[in-house]
Amino acid sequence: MVQFTLPKNSKIRTGKTWPKPEGKNIRKFQIYRWTPDDGENPRVDTYFLDMDKCGPMVLDALIKIKNEVDPTLSFRRSCREGICGSCAMNIGGINTLACIYGLDEVKGDVKIYPLPHMPVVRDLIPDLTHFYAQHESVMPWLETKTNTPQKEWRQSIDDRKKLDGLYECVMCACCSTSCPSYWWNGDKYLGPAALLHAYRWIIDSRDEATGERLDDLEDPFKLYRCHTIMNCAKTCPKGLNPAKAISEIKHMMVERIA
Amino acid sequence: MADVNRGNRPLSPHLQIYRPQITSVTSIFTRITGNALIVTAVLIVWWLLAASTSEAYFNVANAVITSWFGKLVMVLSLWAVWYHFLAGLRHLYWDSGRGFDIPTATKLGWGVIIGSLVLTLLTFIVI
Repeated sequence: MVQFTLPKNSKIRTGKTWPKPEGKNIRKFQIYRWTPDDGENPRVDTYFLDMDKCGPMVLDALIKIKNEVDPTLSFRRSCREGICGSCAMNIGGINTLACIYGLDEVKGDVKIYPLPHMPVVRDLIPDLTHFYAQHESVMPWLETKTNTPQKEWRQSIDDRKKLDGLYECVMCACCSTSCPSYWWNGDKYLGPAALLHAYRWIIDSRDEATGERLDDLEDPFKLYRCHTIMNCAKTCPKGLNPAKAISEIKHMMVERIA
Repeated sequence: MADVNRGNRPLSPHLQIYRPQITSVTSIFTRITGNALIVTAVLIVWWLLAASTSEAYFNVANAVITSWFGKLVMVLSLWAVWYHFLAGLRHLYWDSGRGFDIPTATKLGWGVIIGSLVLTLLTFIVI
């Protein structure tokens, strides 16, 4: 359901201001904090870093804060090159991966929040259980009925090309958590990420469950809550276009009736 | 999972922090103008009903609709008609499977905003 304001336990307080270091090139960071340990509401802490002693990416700044200022700051990170999707968060008002988003791309103070409209486990770490369950629900694997070939399932170069712009998705959840429709109906609407993956298997020439896949999405909520708001495509750190993939599914729905 | 506080997790901020995008703003205004126009349509039907009821009743309705506030509502509704019309065209274009790349979607968004303002002005000049 649509609820514009945050629930009572989620309202944000002003947090702590951490000491300012010496230096000429100081930048201000405002970061969302919440811990399950003290029973308090979330808060936004203010940190300062000397940019002359900091790496170029937002993740560099977060690691520097954790190492040198406040070791209690929690966030997910792993590959630091935009391939694992762990460090997805809201930076400067849009969702992106902290590791491949440059500090020079942020205007003014750097404001960092967890991915929007998600239950928070701690600080910048959202609970993605439901998001992953939705991904699983679209059967993200090859479904076949014919006998397994002796060597491999073959695919023409042209058919393989249809998967470009889809297979690159790293499931970081930036798109789904940028989508107002997913905010209001995320319990029933699958969201851009799961639908992009659904389409990736629907158009795979080797897959033999296209009909069943479309049947599953023929539902007032799962697919049709997409209203082409386009936040997903605008925010995708990998430059993919879930809105277009969803539109292609809608097309196939119409075409198979006609 | 060894999380003792699973039930009381806060909801991360959403509308409060997400930067408005040209595509998202034009999208929500499609809905707002559509709903506002329902109210305007009811208002105009009431005006016509009053005219067919009695002269005294029409004078009342007419006074409301031609008051400065009534005029303001009508001017905004005129813009809303054009806006909703252009946004509808944009949706038809999208439904044809085109215009999903970000530069085109951005241009379509601005096109709807600027186009609706220009058409409102033109309607004014013509009437």
